[in-house]
Parts: sequence; structure tokens; C-alpha cells
Amino acid sequence: MRDRLRTWLGAHPDFEQEARRRAKKALIFGGVAFVILAITGAASFALIWLTAVALALYVPPWGLLRYGRWVVVLGVLALAALYPFYQANLFEIPIFGGFPSVDTGVTMLIFIMMALGLNIVVGYAGLLDLGYVAFYAMGAYTAAWFASQHFSGKNLHLGAVGINPDSPGIHISIWIVLFIAAIFTAMVGVIIGFPTLRLRGDYLAIVTLGFGEIMPQIARNGDHLFGHNLTNGPQGINPIDPPGFGSGLHNAVGLPNDYLTFNARFLGTTISNVQLFFWTALVLVLFTVFCSVRLRDSRLGRAWIAIREDETAAAAMGVPLMRTKTWAYAAGAFFGGIAGAYYASFKSGTFPDDFFFNISIFILCMVILGGMGNIWGVILGGGFLAYLNQEGLGNIGGWLNSHFSGQSESPDKWFTIWHADIDVPLYQYGIFGVILVLVMLFKPEGLIPSSRRKAEFREGVSDEPLYDVQQ
Amino acid sequence: MSDILVAEGVEKRFGGLIAVNDVDFTIPERSIVSLIGPNGAGKTTFFNMLTGVYKPTAGRIVFDGHDVTAKPPHVITQRGIGRTFQNIRLFQNMTALENTLVGMHCRLSGGIVRSVLRTPGLKREERDAHKRAAELLDFSGLRGSEEEFARNLSYGDQRRLEVARALATQPKLLLLDEPTAGMNPQETADFTGFVSKLRDEEKLTILLIEHDMRVVMGISDRVTVLDYGEKIAQGTPQEVQHDDRVIEAYLGSGALAG
Repeated sequence: MRDRLRTWLGAHPDFEQEARRRAKKALIFGGVAFVILAITGAASFALIWLTAVALALYVPPWGLLRYGRWVVVLGVLALAALYPFYQANLFEIPIFGGFPSVDTGVTMLIFIMMALGLNIVVGYAGLLDLGYVAFYAMGAYTAAWFASQHFSGKNLHLGAVGINPDSPGIHISIWIVLFIAAIFTAMVGVIIGFPTLRLRGDYLAIVTLGFGEIMPQIARNGDHLFGHNLTNGPQGINPIDPPGFGSGLHNAVGLPNDYLTFNARFLGTTISNVQLFFWTALVLVLFTVFCSVRLRDSRLGRAWIAIREDETAAAAMGVPLMRTKTWAYAAGAFFGGIAGAYYASFKSGTFPDDFFFNISIFILCMVILGGMGNIWGVILGGGFLAYLNQEGLGNIGGWLNSHFSGQSESPDKWFTIWHADIDVPLYQYGIFGVILVLVMLFKPEGLIPSSRRKAEFREGVSDEPLYDVQQ
Repeated sequence: MSDILVAEGVEKRFGGLIAVNDVDFTIPERSIVSLIGPNGAGKTTFFNMLTGVYKPTAGRIVFDGHDVTAKPPHVITQRGIGRTFQNIRLFQNMTALENTLVGMHCRLSGGIVRSVLRTPGLKREERDAHKRAAELLDFSGLRGSEEEFARNLSYGDQRRLEVARALATQPKLLLLDEPTAGMNPQETADFTGFVSKLRDEEKLTILLIEHDMRVVMGISDRVTVLDYGEKIAQGTPQEVQHDDRVIEAYLGSGALAG
């Protein structure tokens, strides 16, 4: 019976042994976490449910079963897709407070998408890009140009929703704008890549750093660019049109006409614009993951890894260096552009202050923290850092202040360490820096490394430009 | 036999140093030609000019009817010159199979859009490529090591994988840079047999840089000797062995007097 079951499942011979190993690990770590959460007052059905789901996904080594890896993928996907429905019923985690709101979830997903895009450049092809924010900005401004009143001299309406039909400017449906932004940004990637990708390593990093600085300056000063008002300067461009499917599709199949005015109740939860933005972002992330996986396992993906490992040898094996690197840049830019355009539509505006250098580093941190080259890792890193930035640090600050601040009147107060409340989010880059240093010290390959990258960090890569000069 | 590669007056200077000076050199089709010379004679520099890693300061290189002087390495590889490296330069953190697949890069056509869509044509191409890569590994004596990371292979196997990867580029001319360095006599003998097989069965032309004179004299159709960047002799192994300038270059000027 047992053997037949095993054959039917296509199980690997190590299945049971691995399951036991994981069960032990889960029992130790999960048990500790569960006890802590239960003691701190988070004991609830939600905690038990979540623990059960996490155990079901982790303990059986699904990867060793036929079709098994889909179980984890679909499980995580279902958890994410249903998040708006159970978010309100979740428990509080000590120090971090509640689970992120759906609104924060949208931002997390958008940053995950950007991190996945940068992962193609940094993780796959090994090109250190410190100016990724340029692509984000490009995408956001593309959305601003094609879906707002900015060019009020021109009138073009194409499937736009949620605006007065008479409103001036170019208004194109956000879905088309996302596509335009992707193509446009990929082209900018090629243009930026052309002069810079001849360089290697540190030199490339410095030049991309330059481009990352140039972009926000153009955005800031672009209100008089050769006599044209391209970016509306420091005020930025707003409002930007919301996404939506228009009244035709709304009446036919019930898709939301316009995200901003949508309102309905489903499974006891109000479905409004935030939920819609969340699911759309989830679809975009899925699209990015899909493309990332396909590219990684393709001829191009192999060439990227080969270039990362040893440029000279890759060229000698017939890999065109410039073209292959430029493709990596274009692919990374493509997703950065979509993410930027979508974020602009979500926030209904784009401002030069959103595109400073620190965002590039922030996205790079996500890739490094999670594990360069590993999609799960980058998703984890991107989600976690975006959460910290949006909500987490504020919550942690609130907890610290209510327990240790002299101003605190809270019954939770333990003792006074500082007299006035401190503003923890103010120290965000210091905190991210510390996280990065800790990761580099203790787990340089990231939280969930790809096996290849792990080896590279341990053994190093052998990329020396001119090898036989050493003779 | 016609010449598959013709180099005329090739010269390479690094600042004031003349690494290769006015070398004329030809390789007849389907032959094994060896390039020998004392350390620092400019053999590898010459190699690197043939494969596009360095641009010659002067001179002209014609391969298979096409001028390949100072062309980028990937273009030259595509024309049909495959190479191995003196100090093994495999993609250490890729498997043997992946290394071979990278070698096929310029013979495959899958672009970015087709890779994402994974069209039936692309699937077929990838399946064929995997099959061919496995066959090449088998042919090179690496059966069973397909999924090993290159860095985990033994030294001899890494050398073999370098050749398999170079063969994957479907070369007409294969350049081997000291392929038997560090091999024991048995491995060297096996390898010599393998190189002869490449010429006889795969109809390849082979250019060999080699220090082991037993290998050179055993399999070469022709030997060219470089010293201080200049060609000092060329001919059959027997002719070269008895050439005065060669003996002088290897053993010093006193050797002839004695």
C-alpha cells in the first residue's frame, strides 16, 4: 500500500528522511515562535491556522514529489491572493505589531517586482547596477505623460477611465500605458547600457551610480527642458488616471469599470480600490516571476551566468558580451518600468523626490538580503524591506516608545530609557545599513541563496580580464 | 591541402615589448599543427590574436576565406575557431552540461521573446541542444558527470570538459593551449589518442600549444617554433628536431658547439 502510494506520487527515495529532518527543524523553530506568540497574547484561531498552513507547506519536502513544487507555489499564491480577506482577523506579532495592511501590501508587491527586475541584472548577469531607480523613474513619468492632464495642449483619449471625457491632456488606458512604459524603459535601458556596459565591475557600478543621480535631477529640473515642460519640476505630475476596464467590460463580465470608484462586498470584506490594486499588483508580480524563471532557464539565462562567472571565457565560447549584457539591462529595465508606471497610477502622482539614489540602494538591498539570483529569496527580501519601510519601522518605533519612553503613559511601559519619543523611521537607512552589514557578515549569500551563488560566495569567481599577462 | 588559416606578418606589442614579431603562419586543413617554444616565446599571445582576445598591432589573419583580424572573440568563434585555455577557465559553478550548452550559444537561436513564450520551435531546439551536449560529454569521456558542477570535477575531467565545451561551438579549427599540462603519462597518452581521433573522425584541424615533446612529436603533422616572438623554424617534427636554431633556443648556444 505504502509503496504503491509512493510510486503514484512519484516520490523521491529520500522523501521520508527529508520530511523527518524538516519536521524536527519546524518543531524547534516553529515551537519557539508559537510559544512566544501565544504568551504575548496572540493566541487565536488565526495563529493556529497560519501555523498549520506554514507547516503543511514546509514540512513535506514537496520538491521531491512529481509536480510537488507546484504545491508550494500555489499554496503561497493562494495565501497572497486571499490576504485581503483574512488580514483583518490576523494576530499581532510582538514588537512588529499587526500584519501589513493591504495598502502596504500593494507597495510591497510593487517593490518586489522592481527587486525581481534588478535581480535579472545583478543576480543573473552579475552587473552591479547602482542606478536602477532611473528605470523606475522612467516608468513613472511615462505613466504621467500618457495618463494625466500634463500635456493639456494635446487631446487624446484612448480607453481611459475615471476621468471627465472632456478633460484635456493625453489619457490612455493604464493597461496600455504599462506596456508603453515597459517598452520605453527597456529602450532607455539599452541606451544607458550602450556606453556603460563596456565597463566591468567597479567602473560599471560608478557609471550606473551617475545615471541614477542624473535621472532625478532631470525630473527635478525638467520643467524648462529646452523650452518644454517635461516633468513639471519639483511639484511633480498629478493626478494620474486610475486603472480600470471601462464600462463595456464592466457591464459584460463585471470587471471593475474604474478602480477608484469601485465598491462591493465579497465574503464579508469590502472590496474597494486598495484590494483591486493589490490583486493587480499580484498579477504583475506573477508575470515578472514567470518571465524571470523562463529567462533563467533559457539560452540567454545560461549566457548571463557564464558572463558572471568568466567574461573572457564566455566571449571565447561565442557569447556576444555587449549584446547579452544589454539584454539583461533591457529585461531588468522592462520590469522596473512596469513597476514604476503602476506605482505612479496607484499613488496617482509622480514626484522627483521618489527617485533619489537611496531608492536604488534600497532595491539592491532587497536583492542582496533575499539572495541574489534566487526568486524566492528576492521576493522575501523585497517584501520584508518594503514592509519595514512602509509600516514596520513605525510599528517598531511605537512599541519602543510605549515601553521605554519617558513620555509614555501606556500601561505596557517597562522603564524609561529615553525621555522624549524617538522617531524610528527617521533612522531607516541606518537600520537598513545595519541589516545589510549583518547579512554580509553572517549570511553573505542571502537568506534564501541559489545554490550557484552560494558556491560563488564561498569559492569566488575567476573573472580576470587579461589572464596570460600573469605569466 | 588548402590552408584553413593564414596569418601574415602578425605583430603584437605591449608598449615597448614586442611579444610577437612579424610571424607568418599557415595551418593546412585537417592537420595537427603544433606551436612550441620556450616560456615567454609569445605562443599564447599569438593564440589570443587568433581568437580575438588581443588585437594585433600589425598583420592580417584570414580564416576560412574571411578576414578575422581584430574581430571580437564571439564573431571569430562563430566563424569556427574554438579554443581551450591554458589555465582552465570553465564556468566553475555551472554543471558540465551547462558548460557545454554555453559553448553552443552561437549555434542556437532562441531570443528573449521566444524564451519567455517557450515556443514549440524553441522547445525542440533546446531538447536537441541538450541531447547534443550529452553526446559531446560522452564523446569526451565525461559520461555520467553531466550534472556535476565543473569545480567538482577532477583535474583531468576539467581539461576534458574544456575540450567538450570548445567542441560544442562546432569549430572547424580547434586551438588547444597546453592541454596536457598537469596530466600524468597515462592521461597524456589517452589525450593524444583523443586529439588524433578528433582529426580523423571529426575532420577537425587542430592547433596545439604544448610543452610535452613526446606529445608534439607524436601527433603533429607540422611544428612551428617561436622564440622571443619570432618564428625560428617550421617543418615536420623530424626537421624541427634537427634544426640548429631550435636546439639553440631550447638548450642555449653552447649546446651546438659540444
